[in-house]
Formats: sequence, structure tokens, C-alpha cells
Amino acid sequence: MTQASLGESVVQKTVHAQQNNGVAASATHTQPLWLLAEVTYRCPLHCAFCYNPTDYDKHTQNELTTEQWIQTLRDARKLGAIQLGISGGEPLLRYDIEDIVIEAKKLGYYSNLITSGVGLTEKRIQAFKDGGLDHIQLSMHDITEEINNFITNTKTFELKKKVAAMIKNHGYPMVLNVVIHRYNIGHMKEILEMAEALGADYIELANTQYYGWSLVNRSQLMPTKEQVDEAEAITNTFRANPNNKMKIFFVVPDYFSDRPKKCMNGWGEVFMIVTANGDVLPCHSARSLPNMQFPNVRDSSLEYSWKDSPAFNKYRGEDWMKEPCRSCSEKKNDLGGCRCQTFLLTGDADAADPVCSKSPHHHLIEKAIEDSKNPTIVAQPIVFRNDKNSKRIIAGELKERVEEFHALP
Amino acid sequence: MTNKIQHTDTYTLAPHHRFQWEEAQQNYVILFPEGMVKLHGGAGEILKRLDGKVSVGDVVADLKATFPDAENIENDIVGMFQLAVSKGWLRKI
Repeated sequence: MTQASLGESVVQKTVHAQQNNGVAASATHTQPLWLLAEVTYRCPLHCAFCYNPTDYDKHTQNELTTEQWIQTLRDARKLGAIQLGISGGEPLLRYDIEDIVIEAKKLGYYSNLITSGVGLTEKRIQAFKDGGLDHIQLSMHDITEEINNFITNTKTFELKKKVAAMIKNHGYPMVLNVVIHRYNIGHMKEILEMAEALGADYIELANTQYYGWSLVNRSQLMPTKEQVDEAEAITNTFRANPNNKMKIFFVVPDYFSDRPKKCMNGWGEVFMIVTANGDVLPCHSARSLPNMQFPNVRDSSLEYSWKDSPAFNKYRGEDWMKEPCRSCSEKKNDLGGCRCQTFLLTGDADAADPVCSKSPHHHLIEKAIEDSKNPTIVAQPIVFRNDKNSKRIIAGELKERVEEFHALP
Repeated sequence: MTNKIQHTDTYTLAPHHRFQWEEAQQNYVILFPEGMVKLHGGAGEILKRLDGKVSVGDVVADLKATFPDAENIENDIVGMFQLAVSKGWLRKI
């Protein structure tokens, strides 16, 4: 660097302040800074709001090997990947997470284990610490045992509290993720107090987004607009209290916005997901899009996948847009929203996200909100995320729960 | 919240934060749970000098000596400390 650039670049520092919980505004827009390794779709929990594909059962027998994961980590690092999320399913169901963590440390990743806590033992957490895992993100569900066990369809309430203490005792930052839905949104204040009492450093309040299982269960999970507003107000009050040191990320539910989210911070801009079976995706749900061939690490290089594959280039930038996005003065803010949500709901992957009030399909969102208040629809049972239900959906059962969508969620 | 930075203060990276050079990006970054900050050269020059012993005044003196042609860098340096403390990237020892 030149001498003159020192003063200048320090002055420009404010440009690089971080935003919310993404990889920050400073993304280079050319590198997969964030690599999400969805190492398995197997999971001991059966959460109603899981965003994994409902046909995940197809991908539980063909997982990548340890060697393939290590090679993937190396190749992605060369492309600039730096934040690594090890996710699933429940990643702890694999017994090579220790090896993956060690390799991640060697390569200079900032690594994050995203877990339900089921399967985390003293022995394993010590191995992760020794191996150089940087942090653990633990999912919590509610302050009540009843709701925790109901929504996850498992008896995991006591275990989660134990795991939270274990994470803290090993000197890890406490990062909690709470998916928010109808059944826990009324407990926002108590959830925040619980997190504070557990010593959480960060809490992500992730309003349910409707993909995968959560789309199938949308009418059962969606809170009302009033509940969301109240939850946000409680969060802001909590934030404003200087005694509360915890950083809170509140992920706004897009169904109640006028404008869509800038999904994944832009298609193929900063996120790269490698799934359990090796598919390389720009977002979790991309396989629901029609006429798309996603590369797989077994037969394509990551460099090709990121830079040159037709799938990653399909929705990069703005050239693919049609009206009303094409001439919209706000198109750079949201890049037309989410492609997967758009296709699932409208049948046209190139259309504007129906969340947008300018979308000709916006009535679909309004109808979904109405459906979530319709007692007859709401009375349908929740389809929990489990192998049996995944097999049923693959076999074409449960049609009445998915037929309004243009692809299998 | 204001952070009055004194020349005698010593700062170091906050817990759970990591500072490193990124070859692919050709710049320094600070990494922390759920995010990262890309640092321009000047900010990187400051951060890489923080060894838990040097004071703000030491950093200013060192950078002035290293970059004698850069004007008014003292204010920029103190400004960077202020930003980094307010963002929680640095903590006072």
C-alpha cells in the first residue's frame, strides 16, 4: 500500500461497518465468502419449520465422504471462502466433524457448528475446542418445555439447557438461534430474558421463512402481523436497555413487508452451499427451481461451479429481470427478491417476488396470510420433518398439502 | 455512546474476534460470529500493531514514522479506534 492511502483508507472506514447478521456490506461480490456445508440431512429433531427440502430422504444415503469434504474446504478457501458454517440436518450425526474442524482451522476459516445440541458431549466439544472450532450456534425453541417439545416433535428441552452451559464452560461465545413462529412469538420477552440469563453473546430471532417443511406448514406456523409488530417492539425495548449486552439480530418476516428481501445477499454473490450429497447451490432451496442443473463437487470443480456454471450465472445481477423489476427504481435494494419463493408460489422463476406490493402476484401472499387465520385450514395437522413424512411426500402422498406450490418445497 | 480514546490506553482484539490477512481479497479482515469486516489498508496497519502491549500513542508514533508523508493521520487513527471500540471489535486492557 502507498503512504497516502493510509489516511484515506482510514477515513473510509465507515463504509465497512457491518450490517445485521450477513457477511457484511463489505462483500467483494465476486467471492464465495460464506461456505455453508450441509453435511447431512439426517436429524434427530423433527422441526415443523425446517427449511430443508421435503424430499431430503433421497439424500441421506449418498453423503460426501470425509475426504470429499476436506477437498471441498480446500477448494472453497482458494476461491476466498472464509466463514464456514457446518450445518445439516444435525451435523453431529457425522463422526468426522472433528476432522473437518481441524482442517478448517488449518486453512484459516472462521468456523461455526450449527447444531441442535443433540449429540454434543464433553468429549466432542473438547475435541472441537482443541481442533480450533471458533463458535457453536445452538438452536433454542422456547422457554417452555411444552412448546420446545411440540415444535421439534422431540423431548429435547432439558438437553438444550445442558448444552448451552457446556458451550459457555468451554469458553465459546454463546450464539443462540431461535426460529420464531405462532407458537413462541408470544414469549419474546421471556425468550430474550432466558438468553440473557444463559449468558448469550448473540441471539438470532429468525422469523420463520417459508421454504421446505415450513412452507408445507405455513398456515399452521404463521403469526399475525400484530404479533410480529409486538415482538419487534419488545426486541427494540430490550436492545435499548444498556444493561443488556447481548447482540440481537431480528430477522424480519418478509410476508409482512412491502418489499422482498435481498435473498442470500444476491444470487451467487457471497454464499455458496454444498449439500450433503455434494450439490453446489447459491441458496438452500435452489433445487426447487425448474430447468436448472446444479453442479456437484463429485464431477465439477468449485471454481467452475462458482464462476462459470450456468446455474450460478442464471440470476446474477439484473439482466434476467422482467417487469416490474426491470424498470424499478428499487431493484438494487432487493434484486427482485427470492427466486425460489417466487417460483414455488407463482410458477414463474423470473417474476418479481410476490412479497413485493408491486408484484402482479402479490395477492398470493395476502391469501396465505388470510389462510393462516382460517380455522379450517389451521386445523390441518402439522407435517413434522421426519424420514417417514419425507418418504410419503416423495411417494406423492400428502398431495393436498403441497399442490398449491409449483414445485415440491 | 462515546468512546474517549486516550493515547495511554492499550487495546486488543475483543474475545471471539480474529484478525487476519486474506490472500484472496488482498486485505485484512476481522472475523467474529456471524460476520466479518473487511479492513482497508490503513485500518489493517493499525490492527496488526496491536499486540496487547502497545498503547494508542505508540501506534500513532509508529505509523507517523512509517508513513511520514500521510497528513493528519493521527485523527484517522484515533477515529479508527473509536469505531472499532463502538463496534465491539476491540476491548481496552
